[in-house]
This record gives sequence, C-alpha cells and structure tokens, in this order.
Amino acid sequence: MVVSERRLSLPNNPITGIVLAIPGYFAGVWLGTLFGLDDDQNTGIILGYLFATAAFLIGIGFLNYPLERLFGWQVTPVTDPAENTGIGRFFRLSLDHKVIGIQYLVTILIMLLFGGIGAMLIRTSLLVPDSTITPPGNYISLIGLHAVMMIFITSAVIVGPFGNYLVPLMIGARRMAFPRLEALSFWVVPPAAVILAAATFWGGFPTGWTGYPPLSVQAGQGMDSYIVGFALIAVALVTSGINMLATIIGLRAPGMTWTRLPMFVWGIFTTSILGLLAAPVLAAALIMLAMDRTVNTSFFLASNGGSNYLWENLFWFFGHPEVYIFILPAFGIIMEIVPHFARKPLWGYRTGVVGLFGVALLSWFVWQHHLFVSGIAPVLRPFYMLSTELISIPTGIIFLVVLGTLWRARVWFTVPMLFCMGFLFNFLIGGISGVYLSDVPTDVTLHGSYFSMAHFHYTIMGGEIFALMAAAYYWLPKMTGKMLSPTIGRIHFWWMFIAFNSTFFPLFIVGLLNMPRRVAAYNPDLVGLNRWVTISAYFLFGSMLVFAGNLIYSWFFVARPAVANPWHARSLEWQVPTPVPAANFDRVPVIVAGPYEYGIPNARPVADLGGIVGATGGG
Amino acid sequence: MGAFRIDEADRPHLVRLLVIWIVLSAIGVLAVLQIHYPPYDQTVQGQDQSRTLALLTALATPVFIAVVMMVLYSAVFFRRTTPELVDGPPMLGNTPVQIAWVAISAIVVLFLAVVGIATLASSNVAHAVGQPGRAIGQAGGQTGSGTPGGAGSEMQVQVIAQQWYFTYRYADYGGVETTHLYLPVDRPVELHITSIDIIHSFWAYQLGVKADANPGVDNIFHVTPQKTGSFQVRCAELCGLWHGNMADSEGQVVSQSAFDIWIAQQQKDFEVISKAVPSYAPYYFPEPLIKGG
Repeated sequence: MVVSERRLSLPNNPITGIVLAIPGYFAGVWLGTLFGLDDDQNTGIILGYLFATAAFLIGIGFLNYPLERLFGWQVTPVTDPAENTGIGRFFRLSLDHKVIGIQYLVTILIMLLFGGIGAMLIRTSLLVPDSTITPPGNYISLIGLHAVMMIFITSAVIVGPFGNYLVPLMIGARRMAFPRLEALSFWVVPPAAVILAAATFWGGFPTGWTGYPPLSVQAGQGMDSYIVGFALIAVALVTSGINMLATIIGLRAPGMTWTRLPMFVWGIFTTSILGLLAAPVLAAALIMLAMDRTVNTSFFLASNGGSNYLWENLFWFFGHPEVYIFILPAFGIIMEIVPHFARKPLWGYRTGVVGLFGVALLSWFVWQHHLFVSGIAPVLRPFYMLSTELISIPTGIIFLVVLGTLWRARVWFTVPMLFCMGFLFNFLIGGISGVYLSDVPTDVTLHGSYFSMAHFHYTIMGGEIFALMAAAYYWLPKMTGKMLSPTIGRIHFWWMFIAFNSTFFPLFIVGLLNMPRRVAAYNPDLVGLNRWVTISAYFLFGSMLVFAGNLIYSWFFVARPAVANPWHARSLEWQVPTPVPAANFDRVPVIVAGPYEYGIPNARPVADLGGIVGATGGG
Repeated sequence: MGAFRIDEADRPHLVRLLVIWIVLSAIGVLAVLQIHYPPYDQTVQGQDQSRTLALLTALATPVFIAVVMMVLYSAVFFRRTTPELVDGPPMLGNTPVQIAWVAISAIVVLFLAVVGIATLASSNVAHAVGQPGRAIGQAGGQTGSGTPGGAGSEMQVQVIAQQWYFTYRYADYGGVETTHLYLPVDRPVELHITSIDIIHSFWAYQLGVKADANPGVDNIFHVTPQKTGSFQVRCAELCGLWHGNMADSEGQVVSQSAFDIWIAQQQKDFEVISKAVPSYAPYYFPEPLIKGG
C-alpha cells in the first residue's frame, strides 16, 4: 500500500475562496457557452454561479476533511475548537457552534443593511405617484432585490445566529450533531447574498420574490441570480434543519427531558421540521424553472403544453410553510423570554408546545389561499379558507400562554421584555389582518394589494424582527460578553415601535383604497398617505441605526463586560460562564429541573454542572 | 378539575378587565360599523364584499381590544414594584381556562368559516369567484368551467390581458374588441379573463372584481353592476416593466340605451380591423409558439 504523500497547503479563508471562485465562475460560463442550447447565456451564468460557489467552499476548506478521509492526503487541518481563538477564527471554517453563531449574526446584519437600503429606495420612489424618481425597470428590480434579500435574511435570522449559538448551550451539549453541516449551512449564505446582488449587473429580475413564470422564463439574465441564490438558501434550510433536529433529539444532556426543553428550543425544533421538508420542494421547482430558461423545457409555459399553475402550487407549497419558518422561532423566543422577566413559570408549558406543533402541522394545508383569485377550482376554496382560519387557534394558544404567564406576575421591564410586548401588539394586528385575507369574498378585493403587503410586514417585521430584537438584547450579553446599553435600548424600542406602526398601519388603508403592490405609478389620490408612510419609513430606518449605534457604542466604547447571568434567569445557558468556554461545559451537565420554575418553593437549580464522571449525552 | 373556580386574588382584576372590555368593545364595534368599506356598492358582488369586511372588522375589534387590554393591563398592574427581584406566584396553567380559550377561538373561527362559505355559496359571490358558468364553446382552464353554454341572460365579455394593457371582446356582439370596458347596468355579466403572454390580474376595484389572467386559461368571474358610474381597472399581478402603468380609469357602467349606442359605434370601428384579429375563442396563443409565451 502506498499512502499518498500529496499535501495541499492552501490557506483556507474567504480570500482563497474568492480567488478560486472567480475562475470557477468563468469556467462555468465557458462550459455553458460551449454546450448551452440558449443564445442568451443563461446556462453559462447558472453554471458559473454554481461553480463559483463550489470553488468558494473548497477555498474555505470544505474538501479538506473528505479528501483526508478518502485518499489519506495531508491537507490543512481544520483546527480544534479549543485552539481556535482570536479574531481570525471568525474568518475561517470553524466547527464551533458559537463561532458559527457570531459569523451568522454579522453576515445577516450586513445583509439586513442592504435589504433596508432597498426598502428606503422603494419608499423614496413612492414619494411621487409616477415613475419620475425611479424608472419602472429600476423600481421592479429594487422590489425584487429587497424582497428576496429579506426572505434570505428572515429564513435564517433567528435560527442562524441564535439557534446555532444557543441550542447546544440550552440542551447541555458541547456541539451540534453535525458540525460540518452546520458550517455549510452558514457558508452558503454569503455566496447566496453575493449572487443575488449580482443580479444588478444584469438589470435585476422583474418578478418579485414569487418568481411567477412565464414572466420569470421571459426575464433577462438577472433571473438566474434568483434561481441559484434561492437554491443555496434551500440548501441552508435543509442542512440546518436536519442538524437541529438531530442535535435536539440526540444530544440532550441527561435529565433534559422533553418537558424540560426550553421553549426557544421547541421553536427551533418545529421550524427545523418545516425547513427540512419544505425547502426541497423549492429546490425542485427552481430546477424546473432553470430548465425552462436554459434547455427549453416547458414545465410552466402554457403555449407549449405546460402550466403556470404548476409553479404557483409548488412555490406556495414551499412558500407558506416558509413564512412559518420565520415565525415559529419568534414564538419560541417570546415564550422563552417572558417567563424569565415575569418571574413566573410558563403558564401552560405543554399547551404552548401543542400550539407550536399545531401551527407547524396546519401550515402544510393552507397554501392555496395564495391562489384564491388565480382561477383554481372553486370547490377547493372553502377547504383552504377553513384551514387558514384554523391556524388562528394554535396561534391563539401561544398568545394565551404568554398572557397567562404575565397574569399577576412581577414583571421586570427590561428592553427584551419591551420588545416581547411590542411583538404581541404587532403580531396581533398581523394575525387579524390574515383572517381578512383568508376569507374568499374579501380576498377578492384585498389580494395583491397593499393590504396583503401590510399584513406580511406586520407578521414578519412586526413579529419576527421584534422577536429578533428581544433575542438580541437578551442573549447578546452572553454571546459577546458585553452588555448593551439599556437606555439606548429603550429609545430604540419606542422609536422602532412607533415608526413601525406609523409606516405599516396606513398601508392597510392604502391597500383598501385600490393600490396594488409592486407598482411605481399609483393613483395620485393616494399621494398624501404614501408620503406619510415614506417619512415614517425613514424614521424606521433611523431606529435600526439606533440599534447599530447601540451595538457599536456598547461593544467598542463602553465595553461593559457582561456578568454570567445578568438577568438572574434559571435556564441552562445562563449558568455557564461568560465568555462561554470553548467546550461549553466542563462536564456534561445533569439536568434536574425545568427552566421556568420561578416562585416554586424549594425549586432546585436547573442543572448539576459538576456532572457525573463518564456521563454521556442523550436523554 | 371540577367547577370553574375563580381564585380570590384574581377576582378584582377580572372584574375590572371585563368592565373595561365590554365598554371599549361596544364603543369599538359601533365605531367600526360607521366606516364605509370598499369596494362599496357599484355591483352586487362588491356590496357583498363590503358587508363581509364590515362583519370581519366588527368581530375583530373585541378580540383586538381584549388582547391589547391584557398586555397593557399586565404592563401597568403586574409590574414589579420592589427594587429587588421577586418571583411571582407559581401558576403552572389552568386546564379549564385553556379549554375555554381554545373553545372560544374555535367557535369564532368556525363561525367565520361558515359565514364565509355561506357567502361563497350564495349565488352572487359564488359566481363572483368563478363558479362553473356558461362557457364559450369548450372547456375552460382551472376554473372548471366545462359546462356547455346554455341559455342565460348573462352578457359574456372577454378580458384579454397582455403586456401592458387590457382589451375586451363582447361575445354577444360579434366578438367586437374594445379598449375600454363598458357594462350596462343591472345586467349580469360573465367575465372571461385570459392572457396572451404572462400572468396578469384583472382588478376592477369599484366592481369588486379581481381575477388572474393566465395564458391558456379561461378564468370566469360573474358580476352584476347595480349603479352607473365610472370604475378603475388595474393589473394586480406583477407583469414586468410597465406593470404599474397597466391601468385604465375609463371603465363605465352605463344605462342599457347608452350601452347600445356605444357598442354600435365600437362595432363600426371594429369592422376595419376585424380581419386582422383572430376569431373569438376561449383563449389565444401568439403565433408562432415561442419560448416566453
């Protein structure tokens, strides 16, 4: 046996990745031009994006381990988490879930800035009722880029940073079940964002985030960015979903029974089921769309025997669970944080879990409510109307659990608690407006109008992003070791809460008054309301700058170190030191009590952190 | 379990909340019923939608007030008053309350669904959202409008969408094609919506009509205008560059006599170009069949 002596010594970092990605892109374009059937280079561009992504991942170091195992090659090793210290670890392939959490956080905040700037440009264009500020082509490119960028962000903004960082800590594990998959679920996100942004070089894409064919088949080369970028996000959803499920099922510490699992972990658990099952449908639909665009199939083209309904059904079969992928972790955050600041046990733990699973289950049976006016068979409508309205029952359960927890509590009004209460208000409006859209007769007027746009911004921004802010103020002290300023935090909350409602509530009225979504030119009668909304949107952007300012101020100027447990919370992640040791726990902890047992006489601490020598994971 | 027992400590809070809720809900419901809801009353179908909107808002108001009131009440009365951290009473849940909450929300939801389905099944709105109706010649697309044409008093109007305008063909008037939509008052209309390129959505706001225009599909929508006046037409599905400008504010509901004069003029104008226009059909494809539709 001859053991290969070959040694690859590429420095594995993003710069190597980019250096490899550029020739990767051109190799793909060359291949596509050589063999492609279409004359507008779509084959080449799609292959180029895929090759560039693969090359980038190789440059980061994803091939090292398989090469080593397959051929015995000595390649640059991925360093052990314990030795991987210093700022440089955030720029390398790391298998430490805590590093990946921070990498995700920073990446997504940067993406959020671009998505937010897109929103500001859209609102600026709507200062006038015609296309004078932004030409119509630029306008529809803008809404497409804003929409898809925000969908990328909101798919991962809680699971990525907080799920990866906190789930092992909260269940008493030292790592995720599949650390390499975890790293992959992060490292495909920056290429997805860059590929999406690359659409601007091709003039953007005209379809918004729904990508309806035949428009998306007719569209220019910017559409290829949508296809490849979205497919990479599907990869992230699947890899992260299977990893979270395996971790939560398999790596719980001894004593971490299902009824002691923190609610945030339940939120991640349910959302992971949806991501794992829904994203493959998106990937399949995207492949079919790519084939329609490149090799002249006609899955979606009626003129050649296909049907645009096929896309609409596949897309929304993914798309509706997708919106619950956004909100389930947010529900988890709210039910997690409220008991700690109400200083009361969660009121109805099992009921809350049932609520999460109810939402997750029903989310598979509602997708055709997006198609009520599309011309679907009329007999289907009553079923989808009923199933959609039924979702308000498990959602109502989650509200009940939170309100019951607040009942006769001793509420400690911290910044995270403020954001939780803001979430309750916003999501209530978002949920109620959803009922209007689920009712077929009213949906005829409201569908595709600013009413539905206001509805999903209330649920996603007013819901998920408010929960994200609660999570940020609550957990960033543990993750970064620095407290955030509560004074700036309060200013941030009130500013954001007022500006948010002032921006999006008038849009319900704008929608009722005949303004469709995604138009650069609108009825001049509505210019007053639209200007009000635009000014409010600027303030809303300002509130996000306050948040950014708080991060910078608290991290770099004050740098007040966070104590291990600033909130005096019972749950496991607050029992480890700050900064969290590389291996999380000295020994595998033994869980002896639930996380929310406030006020219960003689309640034991949540875990015996001394552990039992030789204890292993699993529970 | 046993009977529904109210804790002594809960009683003052509950009484206070109940009184506030009843007062605010009564005011709120009365207030929201004063609003005139779009799409108003130009058509029978639009009026049904307005009524449903009013009903939903009247039902949503007490729910909204209840939850907001609970949140604000907790923020005011269940705030910690001591400087040091204290734990609240260890309440782990209350099964009767949870069952009651689920039961109440289930009743509200089922009531809404029953009302919605009943409105859907009543002849007006059922047709408005595309029940199988009289079809032109052959089976339509996804609306399932395969019923062969029977005798009916409904006027058939075809809406043809393309990037970036709508045209209309009147089947009962020799398939004449027009650039604005005129409808006679008090006569049921059967709209056949189709597209010759990509997906559009025909939205006649004041008529309470919205229906997607799909290539290769004959999507049917029934509407009965009951008031004369103008209405706006817009595209409501993103259709590319000039989507925002795909609008027409010259739609008219007119008297039958005015309609007869108008359609006669349209037929005369159409004479000239009729040879270049394909004969009336449920849907059309551009020739030759090419990628991109």
